Amino acid sequence: MTFAPLKTVTSKTLVLPAANIDTDQIIPARFLTVTSRDGLGKHAFNDWRYHEDGRETDHILNSDAAKACEILVGGHNFGCGSSREHAPWSLTDYGIRVVISSEIADIFLSNSMKNGLLPIIIEKNAHQWLLDHPGEEITVDLKTCEVRLPKNGGTFGFNIDAFSRHCLMEGVDEMGYLTAQNDAIATYEKKQKARREL
Amino acid sequence: MPQTLFDKVWARHVVVAETAAHPATLYIDLHLIHEVTSPQAFTVLRERGLSVRRPDLTLATIDHSTPTLINKDGSRPFVTEQAGKQVETLLANTEEYGIETHGWESENRGIVHVMGPELGATQPGMTIVCGDSHTSTHGAFGAIAFGIGTTQVGHVLATQCILMRKPKTMAIHVNGTLVDGVTPKDVILHIIAKIGVGGGTGYALEYCGNIFEQMSMDGRMTVCNMSIEAGARCGMIAPDQTTFDYLKDRKFTPEDYDAACVDWASLATDKGAAYDKEVYIKAEDIMTMVTYGTHPGMAMPIAANIPIAADEAEEKALIYMGMTGGAKIAGVKVDRVFIGSCTNSRMEDLRAAADIFRGRTVAAGLTTIVVPGSELVKREAEAEGLHDVFTAAGAQWREPGCSMCIAMNGDKAAPGELVVSTSNRNFAGRQGPGARTVLASPQTAAASAIAGVIMDAGSLV
Repeated sequence: MTFAPLKTVTSKTLVLPAANIDTDQIIPARFLTVTSRDGLGKHAFNDWRYHEDGRETDHILNSDAAKACEILVGGHNFGCGSSREHAPWSLTDYGIRVVISSEIADIFLSNSMKNGLLPIIIEKNAHQWLLDHPGEEITVDLKTCEVRLPKNGGTFGFNIDAFSRHCLMEGVDEMGYLTAQNDAIATYEKKQKARREL
Repeated sequence: MPQTLFDKVWARHVVVAETAAHPATLYIDLHLIHEVTSPQAFTVLRERGLSVRRPDLTLATIDHSTPTLINKDGSRPFVTEQAGKQVETLLANTEEYGIETHGWESENRGIVHVMGPELGATQPGMTIVCGDSHTSTHGAFGAIAFGIGTTQVGHVLATQCILMRKPKTMAIHVNGTLVDGVTPKDVILHIIAKIGVGGGTGYALEYCGNIFEQMSMDGRMTVCNMSIEAGARCGMIAPDQTTFDYLKDRKFTPEDYDAACVDWASLATDKGAAYDKEVYIKAEDIMTMVTYGTHPGMAMPIAANIPIAADEAEEKALIYMGMTGGAKIAGVKVDRVFIGSCTNSRMEDLRAAADIFRGRTVAAGLTTIVVPGSELVKREAEAEGLHDVFTAAGAQWREPGCSMCIAMNGDKAAPGELVVSTSNRNFAGRQGPGARTVLASPQTAAASAIAGVIMDAGSLV
C-alpha cells in the first residue's frame, strides 16, 4: 500500500488520556468482517461515539474540532491488544496521521508505520504536558525527530527506527524492499534445505 | 557465548542481518492464515502481480467469523452476509494460490492456534506468524511465534519473510510447588498482574522453571497464549520430552523424528546465557485468579477483596465492571459463562470443566456455552462423553471456533451482562457492547456456572 509522505505535521491535538486504550476500543471486532481496508474511519472508537441505536454520543471524538485533528495523544500503553491492522486503518481514515504516547504496544506500532501513521513514544514530561493541554497546536517534525510544543512547553526529541522513518518520509512501503531481496531469500532457502537433508 | 532459546531460534532465521539503517530480514517457517486478517493481503498480491512464494509453508483455516451453531438444514447461520462473504473469500483465495486449507469439510478445522499444534505443523525452533496476536501460543513448543498485521501477512505471502528488529529477552522464572487447584490460567494471570499489561512490551518472554517443565502442552499453550496480554509479542518454553511426545506421529511431524528431537533438544537456553531482564515468582504465591477490571493486568486472587481503585482509569474500570473496591469478588452475580477460545479450549480444559459439571446443574437463568477449540477436540471430547456431561448440566455444546472470545460471529453477551470467560481479554465491550468480562480458568468458569456467582472450584472438586 502506498501512502502520503509524512515529514512534518502541525495540528491541534486530540487527547484521549485513558491508559491502556486497546484495539477493541479503537475498532470493535464486529467491524472486522470487511474484506477491504477502506472507509473504517466511521467506526473508529465506535462504541465511544455511538449509542447502541446508532445516535451519536457527546464524546469529543464526534466534535468537528476533533475531526480536524491530525495528531492523537493517547494515554500510556496505547494500542494494546490484538494485531488487527483495522485499528490504524480506522484512525487514518478518521484523519489521524500521528499518535503520541509514553508507551505504544508493539504490534500496533508496527502496523501504524506501514500505513503512514507515525507512532511516537515520547518521554513522560512531554507526554504529561500534552495530556494537560488538549487542543493545543503542536508540530511533529520527522526530519529532525522532534515534537515542538507551544507556550514554553519546549521541544522534545523522539527515537524512531531509521528504516521506518525513511519509509514514512518517502511514502514507500516495505514490500518493494523485501521483494528486492529475492536472491538472499533463495540462497537462505537452499541452505536450509541442505541442512535438513544432512 | 551462551545463548538463550530465543537467540538460537532467531539466529537460525536471519536472511539479512539487521543494521542501524534497516531491520533484519527474518525467514518464516510457518504462516497461519484465517479469514479476518488475510483478504486485504491477497488484494495487495493481486494489485502488485505477486504470487505466494511458499504455499507449502502456509496453512489456512476459518475460525473467527464462523457460526458455532448449524441450522437444521445444515446451513451456517452467519451473523451477517458480510461475515459469510469473508469466509468465502478466504476459501477462494487459498484455492487460487494452492494453500492447504482446513475449511468446513476438514476433520482438523479449528481455532488457528489449536489446529497448528494438533497437525504437528507447529514445531520447536520454528518461526511462526499469523495475523492474530495470540500466535504467541505456539511458543509453547519452543518456536518464535508472534502476531503480525495484514501488511505483514502480505509480506510473508509474497516473500516468506518479514522485517523486524530483534526484541529484548525477559525470563520469567516460576519455581516451587503450586497450591492445590491452581491451573496454568491462574499462573499466567498472576504473571500479567505482576509485570503489567505493558510489562512485556519490547520483549520476547521465556517461561522458565519447574512449574512449566511439569506442565502439559495444553497448559503451556495457555500460558504462552497470553504473553501478548503482558505486551510481549512472543513467549516461549524450552522444548523437552513433553514437547517431543506431543509431536510424535502427527501429520506434519518430521519423517526423521528421532533426529528432529535431538536437534530440538539443543535449543534450550544455555547455562549462563544472559537475558535483558529476569523476573522471579514463587509458585506458592500464586492463587486461583480472576480479573476484576477491563484489562488482563487487573487480575486478583478469587478469595481476595477487590482492590481499591488507584487512579481515575481504575475507577472507571470498576464502574464499568460494576465492581466495588474493598468488596469480595466471590459471590458477584454471573449472567453467562463461556468456556472456549485459543486460551482454554483443549482437552485438558474441557476435562477440567466437565469434572466440575458432572452430576451438577447450571444455575437457573444463566447461559453457558462450551466451544471446543477444533474439530479434533470436539471428536475427542465426544468420544469421552464430555459433551453429554455439559448438556446434562444445562450447558450448550457448540461447533469449534473463536466464538465469544472475540464475539464477531454473533456469539456475544447482552449489554450489562457479566460473563465469566476462559478467554484472554476482558476489554470493555470485547464480548459485546456493554458486556462485562471476568477472565478465569475452566475450573472457575464451570464452578461459577453452577453457583450462578463467581466461585472458586475448590469446594466442588
